[in-house]
Amino acid sequence: MKKNGAHIFIECLLKEGVDTIFGFPGGAVLPVYDALFDSPLRHILVRHEQGAVHMADGYARATGRPGVVIVTSGPGATNAVTGIATAYMDSIPLVVFTGQVPTDLIGNDAFQEADIVGITRPCTKHNYLVKDKNDLQRIIKEAFYIATTGRPGPVLVDIPKDILNAQIDFKYPDKVDLPSYQPTFKGHPGQIKKAVDLILSSKRPVIYAGGGVILSNAAEELKALATKLTIPTTTTLMGLGGFPGTNPLFMGMLGMHGTYCANMAVTNTDCLIAVGARFDDRVTGKIDEFAPFARIVHIDIDPTSISKNVRVDVPIVGDVKNVLKDMLKLVQGSKGVADFKKDLKEWHDQVKNWNDTHRLSYKQDHKGKIKPQYVIEKLYEATKGDAIITTEVGQNQMWAAQFFKYDRPRTFISSGGLGTMGFGFPAAIGAQIALPDKTVIGIAGDGSLQMNIQELATAVQYRLPVKIAILNNMVLGMVRQWQEFFYNKRYSHTCISVAPDFVKLAEAYGAVGLRAKTNDEVETVIKEAMKVKDRPVLMDFKVDQFEDVYPMVPAGQPLSKMLLV
Amino acid sequence: MRHTISVLVANEFGVLSRISGLFSGRGFNIESLSVAETLDPTVSRMTIVTRGDDKVIEQINKQLNKLINVIKVHDFIGEEHIERELALIKVTSTPESWAEILSIVDIFRAKVVDVSPRSYTIETTGDEEKIAAITELFRPFGIKEIVRTGKIAMARSPKQK
Ligand SMILES: Cc1ncc(C[n+]2csc(CCOP(=O)(O)OP(=O)(O)O)c2C)c(N)n1
Ligand SMILES: [Mg+2]
Repeated sequence: MKKNGAHIFIECLLKEGVDTIFGFPGGAVLPVYDALFDSPLRHILVRHEQGAVHMADGYARATGRPGVVIVTSGPGATNAVTGIATAYMDSIPLVVFTGQVPTDLIGNDAFQEADIVGITRPCTKHNYLVKDKNDLQRIIKEAFYIATTGRPGPVLVDIPKDILNAQIDFKYPDKVDLPSYQPTFKGHPGQIKKAVDLILSSKRPVIYAGGGVILSNAAEELKALATKLTIPTTTTLMGLGGFPGTNPLFMGMLGMHGTYCANMAVTNTDCLIAVGARFDDRVTGKIDEFAPFARIVHIDIDPTSISKNVRVDVPIVGDVKNVLKDMLKLVQGSKGVADFKKDLKEWHDQVKNWNDTHRLSYKQDHKGKIKPQYVIEKLYEATKGDAIITTEVGQNQMWAAQFFKYDRPRTFISSGGLGTMGFGFPAAIGAQIALPDKTVIGIAGDGSLQMNIQELATAVQYRLPVKIAILNNMVLGMVRQWQEFFYNKRYSHTCISVAPDFVKLAEAYGAVGLRAKTNDEVETVIKEAMKVKDRPVLMDFKVDQFEDVYPMVPAGQPLSKMLLV
Repeated sequence: MRHTISVLVANEFGVLSRISGLFSGRGFNIESLSVAETLDPTVSRMTIVTRGDDKVIEQINKQLNKLINVIKVHDFIGEEHIERELALIKVTSTPESWAEILSIVDIFRAKVVDVSPRSYTIETTGDEEKIAAITELFRPFGIKEIVRTGKIAMARSPKQK
């Protein structure tokens, strides 16, 4: 039976198992919105297209399923770009559909025309312009396949309006035929053997796990390998939750704001096992002095990640989960394990020593000013760690990474690669939509939150009990911190004390607003917030303006050169 | 080190900009690039001449392979292969220089493809050295314009013993 392209589009999404799409209407996608009117597909109406993409992103990070977005041509599409670039940098599977002007107007500077395929080419895993109605279904199929397999990422599909109106036979392909796209899933057995041998011959091993562990659902395997061999483990920001934060082998995050212990261990290790991580400059510090004594094993599904920034001794291209499974099998059959573990005693003592000398810490203010770290600790206590935390960007992000313990994957959601202010709140909405029964808390900065504050209306509309905890320091805190350390305290344009009354703002949107001004109010506010089940709650914590994030490795310095509290 | 890399790509719109965008976005350089259809009209071949140390070349190869539309990447380095490019050279000519120009054309087995009272346009193909050599010889006469295609390359067939 023939249907118009817009109906076909929705049928295809249903075939893909999509239950929710995030979007905002406009001229070029009117046919889709008409078809949505009586379709079983749930559509979340956002207030800004950037919000839609971040929500889909939060949905994807919380569930592992691809997030789906529909926006109109021109400004709708360009508004989505920051969201797409954010997902691209963190390898998040999204399929973003943009309306486009009718085929015969493309290239004419038509009303609301933008070359979105051109604009997003460098920030999508792949993108398409549907030029022929007969390609629509194949392209949708391929888009989902490419977004979710291999190293995941956003795929954009630009659909001209005439194609949405064209009559098409519904025939969704059940397979893709992409001979030029064949990700490597299984690791090379010889390389895996080499890696295991190298690990078992080391005396000071460290596991350095990244977001790839979470993307490939390999947290169980990672834990099994680390605990079986008792290897001290650190994760990147993106890897938080990929290894249990409360496990005794966990050293905390490494890198610019990593723990003393993790950074020292990486600096002194003789065998670094990088799992689904990409040696980002925020992680390595000065690259020539990163893990200077280590032989390096690097497991990654993306060959371009390997040997990009550091020389690697044993590269293994493959899906992290598969490779770890294969490694475990070898380890289980190996006679060397008992001796290896016995020899680690000294290393464990050393690691413990580093851990004990400089733990993450902060000083309470004796006059009762709220310390932002304290708020995070209280949120952890109140939820017993059973929550999904999203963050904005800046100091709030780092404190959320440091002072909350993430035991499970997909419970820490943050824009790591692009560092997008305005990500955290819509991402929290997306996560809450995906998992309505979970406690979802967006830890926010007062600056970042204002970049997508309009989505409060979305959260109210869908009665989402998402919690926002603003660490309100009335500054662009992280930038202020750099000015304090590196620019002689010349606080140029980082004061944002002219700001809305966030409690009133929440109320104006129909949400609940709460405020804590002193330390002793923190717990009460959190408790109140947790009681609200039918709408968003915004908690405004007035925190100490001059609190800094420690440790800190100044940009371009080696990891061992940390500034400590 | 200079590398000649042959890339088979799906013959679809936008592929060229994906590749050139990859090079510019990641700061890789392109010395020359030529593209045309292969025997299979759904596939095009691009021949890219680029420069970089081993690490950069490894990234170029991997990044090219990562593009969804790229079918195959082949680096000719260290392999017997034939490289050719074509150049059109418009040389100033006077009645006194005709003979000399024609003899150079002859020696290089080039071709005169257009003649006007003041200039000869010469077509020549060959590897880089040959094109450089003929250009040098024409230079004293005055080169009005030169257009080159960029390099194409093909592996030599294995020689039978
Ligand atoms: C869209 C965007 N613009 C600018 C920046 C640069 N930047 C990084 S952190 C930061 C300050 C964030 O302020 P706030 O949200 O209040 O967080 P705080 O550091 O105070 O916790 C800025 C401006 C960014 N990351 N993203
Ligand atoms: Mg702030």
